[in-house]
Amino acid sequence: LSATPEVPKEDERPKWDNKFQYILSCIGFAVGLGNVWRFPYLCQIHGGGAFLVPYFIALLFEGIPLLHLELALGQCLRKGSIGAWNTISPYLGGVGVGSWVVSVLVSLYYNTVLTWVMWYFVNSFQEPLPWSVCPLNENRTGFNKECYESTAVNYFWYRKTLNITPDITESGTLQWWLILCLATCWAIVYLCTIRGIETTGKAIYVTAIFPYLVLTIFLIQGLTLPGAREGLVYLFTPNLNTLKNPRVWLDAATQIFFSLSLAFGGLIAFSSYNPTKNDCEKDAVTVAIVNSMTSLYASIPVFSVLGFKATTAYWDCLDRNIISIINEFDLPEESIMRDNYTSWISLLNSSYPEKIARLKLKSCDLQEFLDQSVSGTGLAFIVFTQAIILMPGSQAWAILFFIMLFCLGLSSMFGNIEGVFTPLLELQIVSKSAPKELLSGIICLISFFIALCFTLGSGSYWIDIFDRYAGSVPLLVVAFFEVIGVVYIYKIKRFSKDVKQMTGRKLNLYWQITWRFISPLLLLIVFVAFVTLQMQKPPSYTAWNPKYEGFPMKEEKVYPPWVQAICVLLAALPCVCVPLVALFHLIKKRRSKDPSLVLPEIFSCQGANS
Amino acid sequence: MLRALLLTLSVVVISHAELCKPDAQNAFKVRISIKTALGDNAYAWDANEEYLFKAMVAFAMRRYSSKSTTQISNVLLCNVTDRVSFWFVVTDSSKNVTTVPGSEVEAAIRMNRNRINSAFLLSDKTLQFLKITSTLSPPVEPSTPAWLIVFGVVLCLIVAGIVFLVVSGIQKRKKKNKESTERENLEEKVEVTVTLENGIPCEVLDLKSGHVNGVFAADDERFTSL
Repeated sequence: LSATPEVPKEDERPKWDNKFQYILSCIGFAVGLGNVWRFPYLCQIHGGGAFLVPYFIALLFEGIPLLHLELALGQCLRKGSIGAWNTISPYLGGVGVGSWVVSVLVSLYYNTVLTWVMWYFVNSFQEPLPWSVCPLNENRTGFNKECYESTAVNYFWYRKTLNITPDITESGTLQWWLILCLATCWAIVYLCTIRGIETTGKAIYVTAIFPYLVLTIFLIQGLTLPGAREGLVYLFTPNLNTLKNPRVWLDAATQIFFSLSLAFGGLIAFSSYNPTKNDCEKDAVTVAIVNSMTSLYASIPVFSVLGFKATTAYWDCLDRNIISIINEFDLPEESIMRDNYTSWISLLNSSYPEKIARLKLKSCDLQEFLDQSVSGTGLAFIVFTQAIILMPGSQAWAILFFIMLFCLGLSSMFGNIEGVFTPLLELQIVSKSAPKELLSGIICLISFFIALCFTLGSGSYWIDIFDRYAGSVPLLVVAFFEVIGVVYIYKIKRFSKDVKQMTGRKLNLYWQITWRFISPLLLLIVFVAFVTLQMQKPPSYTAWNPKYEGFPMKEEKVYPPWVQAICVLLAALPCVCVPLVALFHLIKKRRSKDPSLVLPEIFSCQGANS
Repeated sequence: MLRALLLTLSVVVISHAELCKPDAQNAFKVRISIKTALGDNAYAWDANEEYLFKAMVAFAMRRYSSKSTTQISNVLLCNVTDRVSFWFVVTDSSKNVTTVPGSEVEAAIRMNRNRINSAFLLSDKTLQFLKITSTLSPPVEPSTPAWLIVFGVVLCLIVAGIVFLVVSGIQKRKKKNKESTERENLEEKVEVTVTLENGIPCEVLDLKSGHVNGVFAADDERFTSL
C-alpha cells in the first residue's frame, strides 16, 4: 500500500521572483557602457544615419538569432554555461569553459572601469569641480606645467586619477585612492551578488531603470543647450557613401555582437533560472530591440552635449581672436561681434595684412570641433566632463552622469559575475552545505586582489589590452562553436522540438535559416575580417608622455614582445579550451577502452527536471 | 613776466609730452575692458574716470613710499584710445622732468592692486597693466578633501548592507536547520499517532483482505516502476 502518491522532487534551483526581473536583468546585462560611449561614436564616424542600415541588418541576422539561441539553451537545460555544454556533449564542454574564462577575464578589468567612475563620482561633490581648474606649481608663479600644456580635464584624468606612466613597461606604483575605490566597487558587487539572483534580482530594479531616468534628464537638458542642434544634425545626417566601406559593416556586426553581451555565459545562466514553459523567443526579440533602442536613445543626449561643447569651443576660439584684434588695433569693445567677425577680418586683412599675420590668429571652424570624435573612456572622462563644466549647476550634472555610468556598468557586472558564479556552483567545487555567501565572497576577494594590478601606473594600458584581446576575439570563437554545436551536433530538429515545448510554437523559417546558415557564416566572416585587421599592423598603443615633443598629443608606441605574447595568450586561452576539452575527453575514452563507456545519452528538454 | 610763465608752461607741456608716450621709459600701458566686466552696468570712460585713475596711482605711490610727495598732477596719461587703453608715467616732482623708475611704480601698483581694481569695479583681467603680472591666489584647500567624506559615507552604507545580508542569511539558515529537525521529530510523532488515530492499527489492516481503492489504483498505473 503506498500511503502517499509520489511527488516530484522539489526543484531546489533558485528562480526569479517574476518575469519582469528576468527581462530587466537581461536588458541590464546587455545595456552597458558601450551603448553610451561606443555606439554614438560609431554612428558619427560611419556616416551618421547611414550607419543604422548595417546596424539593423546585423541585429536581424546576427544579434537576435544568437540571443534567442542562448536564452533557449539556458532555459531548456537549466544549467550554467559549463554544465549546459557538458550536457549537450562532453566534447563541447570546452565551449562552456571558454565562455567561463572570458567572463572571469572581463569581470576583472570591467570593475576597474567602474572604479574610475566611482572616483569621479566622489570627486563631483567638490566645488569647484576638481577637473575644471589647473593646480598651481610649486612656487605659485603659474599653473602646473603638465596641466597648462594640455587641459585641466586631461590633467585630472591622466595625472590625478590614473597617475599614468609614460610607457607600459614602467609599472609605477599602486595608487592608494584607486585601491580604495576598487575595494568599494568589489564590495558593492559582493553586496548585490551575495546570494546570486536572489539579491541581484532586487538590485537590478535600481541599476537597470535609473540610467533611463538620467538619460531622459540629460536629453531634456541637452536639447536646451546652445549648439545641440548642430551636434544632432552632425550625428544623424546620413552619408550613404560610407556604406561602400566594408569596415563599416564589420564595425556594425561587432558592435551588435559585443553590445548584446553574447557568449559570456551570463545569458545562459540567467535563463537557466526560468521556468521551462517560458516564451524565450519573445524575450530574445524584446531584449535585442530594447538594447538597440537604448543605444539610439543614448546617442541623442550624448551628441547634444558634444554639439554644445563644440559650439562653445568654437565661440571661445572666435572670442580669443576678437580680443587679439581689438587689443592690437585698439578698437572699442564689442565693436567686433561673432556674427560680423568674418566681414571685419576680410576688411582688416585687406588694409593691414602684416599686422593680421603677426597676430597669428587660429582659424576657427565649427566642423573641425565637431569632428573631434572620441569613444570609450575618453568620451566619458575627458570630453563629457569638459562639457559638464560649461553647464550651469555642473556638480548636479556630474553626479547624475557618473551615477548613471556606474549603474550601467554594474548591471553588466551582474551578468559577468553570474556567468562565473553559476557554473562554479554546479561544478560543486564547494560542498553543498557551504553558504552561497561564502562562494561569492571568495570570488569577489580573489578578483579584487588580481585587479589590484590594474591600479598601477600602467594599469590603464593593461585594461586596453584586456579589452582589445580578451574581450573580443574569444567571444566570436565561442559564439561560433555555440551555433555549430547546437545546430549540427545537438541537431536542430531536436532543438526545435525543445523550443516548441517551451514556447508552444513551432520554430518559424526565420530562425531555421539564420541558425543553420546565416549566423554561423556571418560569425566566420566577422572573425576572419577582425583578425586580419588586427594583424595588419603591429599592435601599438598611445601613451601619455609629458616629455614627448608633440605633447599634448599622445605618443604612438609599439608593444614590446613580452606584452605581445600576453596579448596572444589572452586571446588564445579561452579559444584553446574548446579543442583541449574535446581532446581530453577523446583521450579519456581511448584510455578507458571500456565499450560501455559510450557518449552519455544526449539530454533533451522533455521532462526536464534536473 | 607773462612771457616767462608761458615759456615754463610750454616747456612743461612739451616735456610732459616727451615723458609720456607709448614705449617711453618707465611708462606702462593700461587696458580696460569695462563692458566685459560689467555688461549692462558699464559706465563710460571719460575725463572724470581718468582723474580717478590718476588719483589711485598717486595713492598707490604714496602708500608704497610712505612719503606724501606724489600729487595727482604727477601722473601723466596719454594716447587714450577707444579700446579703452592708455599709457601713463609717474613724474618725480623733486627732480625736474624725470619719471619715477618703473620698478617702483610696479611695486606700488602690485601692493595696491586690489584697491585700484575695486575703485573701478573691475578685476585683474579687466583692468590690465600690461607689464605687471598679478600674483595668483592660492587655491582653497579644505582640511579634509571633500571626496574622502563622500567616500566614507558610501563605504559605511555598503559595509552595513553586507553585514545585514550576511547576518540575515546566517539567521535564516539556523531557522531552517531548527525547522527541519523539528519537522523530523513531528513526522515521527505523526506516524505514531496515525497508526493509532485511525482506530485501526496497521497490522490489522494488513491481515484483512482489503478492497482495492479505485482512486489509488488509477494512480498506480501512472507511476514508473522503480
